[in-house]
Amino acid sequence: METMNAYHLYLWLIPALPFAGFVINGFLGRKLPKLIVSSVALGAPLASFAVVVRAALMVWPGSGSVALPYVENFAGTWMLAGLLHVDFTFALDQLTLIMLLVITGVGFLIHIYSVGYMTHEDGYWRYFSYLNLFLFFMTVLVLAENYLLMFVGWEGVGLASYLLIGFYFDKTSAANAGRKAFVVNRIGDFGFLLGMFLILAQFGSLSFSQMGSSLANVPGMHGGILTAICICLVLGATGKSAQIPLYIWLPDAMEGPTPVSALIHAATMVTAGVYLIARTHFLFDRSPMALAIVAIIGAATAFFAATVALVQTDIKRVLAYSTISQLGYMFLGCGVAAYSAAIFHLMTHAFFKALLFLAAGSVIHGLSGQQDMRKMGGLRKKLPVTFWTMTAGVIAIAGIFPFAGFFSKDAILYEAFQHGTPGKVLWFVGLVTALLTSFYMFRLWYMTFFGESRADTHPDTHLAEPGLNAKHAHGVHESSWVMLAPLAILAVLSLLGGWVGMDRFGGFLAPVLGPVTVPAHEPGGNTLDLGLSVVAVATAALGWFLADLFYRRKPDRPMAIQASMPGVYTLLENKYAVDEIYGMTIVQPLILFSRYVLGGFGEVGIIRGATWVLGGATTLSGEFVRRWQSGNLRSYAGWLAAGAAVLLIFAASYALGVSGTMIHLNWGGH
Amino acid sequence: MHLILFIIFAGFCLAGAINLLLQTHPINSALSLIVVMSSLAVLYLLLGAEFLAAAQIIVYAGAIMVLFTFVVMLLNVGTEEKTHGSRVAKIIGFPAVVVILGVISTFVLESQQRLSSPSSGISLSEKVTTTQDLSRVLFHELLLPFELTSVLILIAILGAVALAQKEGA
Amino acid sequence: MSFETIPGSWYLILSAALFCLGVVGFLIKRTLITVFMSIELMLNAVNLSFVTFAHEWHAVKGQIFVFFVMVVAAAEAAVGLAIIIAVYRSRSTLNVDQIDLMKL
Repeated sequence: METMNAYHLYLWLIPALPFAGFVINGFLGRKLPKLIVSSVALGAPLASFAVVVRAALMVWPGSGSVALPYVENFAGTWMLAGLLHVDFTFALDQLTLIMLLVITGVGFLIHIYSVGYMTHEDGYWRYFSYLNLFLFFMTVLVLAENYLLMFVGWEGVGLASYLLIGFYFDKTSAANAGRKAFVVNRIGDFGFLLGMFLILAQFGSLSFSQMGSSLANVPGMHGGILTAICICLVLGATGKSAQIPLYIWLPDAMEGPTPVSALIHAATMVTAGVYLIARTHFLFDRSPMALAIVAIIGAATAFFAATVALVQTDIKRVLAYSTISQLGYMFLGCGVAAYSAAIFHLMTHAFFKALLFLAAGSVIHGLSGQQDMRKMGGLRKKLPVTFWTMTAGVIAIAGIFPFAGFFSKDAILYEAFQHGTPGKVLWFVGLVTALLTSFYMFRLWYMTFFGESRADTHPDTHLAEPGLNAKHAHGVHESSWVMLAPLAILAVLSLLGGWVGMDRFGGFLAPVLGPVTVPAHEPGGNTLDLGLSVVAVATAALGWFLADLFYRRKPDRPMAIQASMPGVYTLLENKYAVDEIYGMTIVQPLILFSRYVLGGFGEVGIIRGATWVLGGATTLSGEFVRRWQSGNLRSYAGWLAAGAAVLLIFAASYALGVSGTMIHLNWGGH
Repeated sequence: MHLILFIIFAGFCLAGAINLLLQTHPINSALSLIVVMSSLAVLYLLLGAEFLAAAQIIVYAGAIMVLFTFVVMLLNVGTEEKTHGSRVAKIIGFPAVVVILGVISTFVLESQQRLSSPSSGISLSEKVTTTQDLSRVLFHELLLPFELTSVLILIAILGAVALAQKEGA
Repeated sequence: MSFETIPGSWYLILSAALFCLGVVGFLIKRTLITVFMSIELMLNAVNLSFVTFAHEWHAVKGQIFVFFVMVVAAAEAAVGLAIIIAVYRSRSTLNVDQIDLMKL
């Protein structure tokens, strides 16, 4: 499996450069001038991206000189203990290459944007060091050749996410959100760990290549322990990718700065779960039950999140639920064994979701910190570049031809439809979700940019991002070119990114993810595909139409509907009270248990009790023994006599008792 | 003959020892101890150790006991006062003493019984160990211990003088 | 058992009796000097048993050992009495029960 090449791809540089950026900015950034901090922070991802591009050119099928998969052991053996043998090994194949291009490319653009967005923040250096740290861990995650190294990256991005969500650490809600994200992620990590243990028990190795080859030796093996492994890994994936039941941290994660939301909670970290499933596809292929679970989770989450997004008023919340919903689509794609389609959607989603978040950030920045859409409106003329780029993103996510989202979403829905009767049900759910997606995205679009301005004359004091309002209290203004350039680039990618086409994309990934199960088709070629595409586009158009109806032409209709269905509305607005339900059923009992059982019985009773007993015993025995040392000569003499008596008894009995005769005492002369 | 002498002087020993316990004034106890030592010297003679008998009288009864008496008179130690004492000594000590005595006696009698031959025993006409025999062994094989004991005595002299002298004298 | 020969065990039992009397004296006497005298009694008892064994086994070394015991007892008596004098000087009492602290 190892391919020794004459050309060295220097894969280890890809994580190492952002790590260097983290170290420099982390330790020295406080003292360095902002220019240096920015240069280091931007230079690292740029250099990383350059290495990735060079590697891509060298391995490109047809023109490249290096064969894939390319494996590089950069630091020797990590662990060698009995059954467990884990190396520090990076591997580059087509899937990893795609992920790396997205991570470093989009990551670099977001870094540029952040320079503009975070200009007036305290802790500028801290922000960029965390951001570089995140890049380091994320690249380790996708480059890892075994599960354990991937887990390092997995945990690390969780850590970086915590640090960045809680970036405004003096704000209680931000700190709580960071903690919530980390804890919920941890629950998922537990599943990942269990999966790793099972893998080790079953295959004796955590390395992908060794697992693949040992699995190929047993072609008839299905279900059973493989299903168990897959379900454990899925639990981990739902934590990281914010699916039911562990999605609750993502809406709260919007407390972090907007570029963080763009990078971590839209484009890269949340896709780690999808990547995991795609990477483990050879196990999932053997376990239909696990695939079914993934598909159902995906479809349910997609629909569920879309319904909640319908009524949210915070622009970032809408995008957060939209992310959850789109990740549901990716899970759905994996669940119907269309891994390439899921990765395709991952890529296009990275483009347009990052774009949407950054554009929203631009809007928020322009309004000096306002995030409530009810207070926006009429920004089309005032923020033109932002408007046009966001439009590109909205159309892309709605899945309207010929923008990127159409191709990828269409591929997933097509594959789902092909998957038998349950597949058709999933397709229908996906279609309804597409309708809702289109509706709420255009709702966002209209509320933000169209109509009369509903902004308050007095700036809102209670704003989400503290730095913006305090230092930026002048009127609505377009952002600087530092922020707009990435928007433009991402807009272009959102427009054109889908034109790669599913068959070329699937073909590229085929060596890794297996052949596309349905024979290659051309858009417009296959009748069924054409029909489904038309239905999808029509649904999206319907959503646009409805949004236009409610939010531009008749703005009072939503209010009327809300008044007529207050129960439903409240349910949706409160996100089905899931957080509250979790709080009551899981968190409260845990707190009570910790406080009374562990704290009361365990801590006070057992631990303090044990120390009390030990201490008491020592003190008591000390009191007792103390009396022995009285200084009284006579009592000493008494004890001496007693000791002598005991010794004499022993000696005499020994001497007399030895086989009935005495020890020969040199009787009769010396 | 041997028996009679033994009984008489063993009786003196025991009587002296018991008197030592019963007397309240230390000077009386010292005098009883002198009696014990003298009787022991006679017993040594009965056992054929003539040099030791002489040494016992000269060293023990003549020097050490005189020293004791001297100190008693120097410190003007009076009659013993009855003080509280220690319960441990009585509760544990006395049984221990009884045990010691019992064990040794049993042991001695048992071993005597097991290895006895009719002709064993001690009689007066047994060989007497002369000073010559003693010194032959002492100055040939045990010369080093002998010299060391002289050093020991020197140290004891120094120690006694250092400890007993008046402060600032 | 004739008038001329007595078993060696009698001497040994006498020695044990003297030793135990010495221990009893150690336990019940209240003056420091008297306690010391009991120690001397114990030493003498042991000397007797040594001489007895030396006689029984015709071993001269037994008597030599007694010789050394005497020497050591003499040295010990000298030093011990000097200590008793020093103790009397600092505490003004020779009652064993009242001398139970190393430092006044």
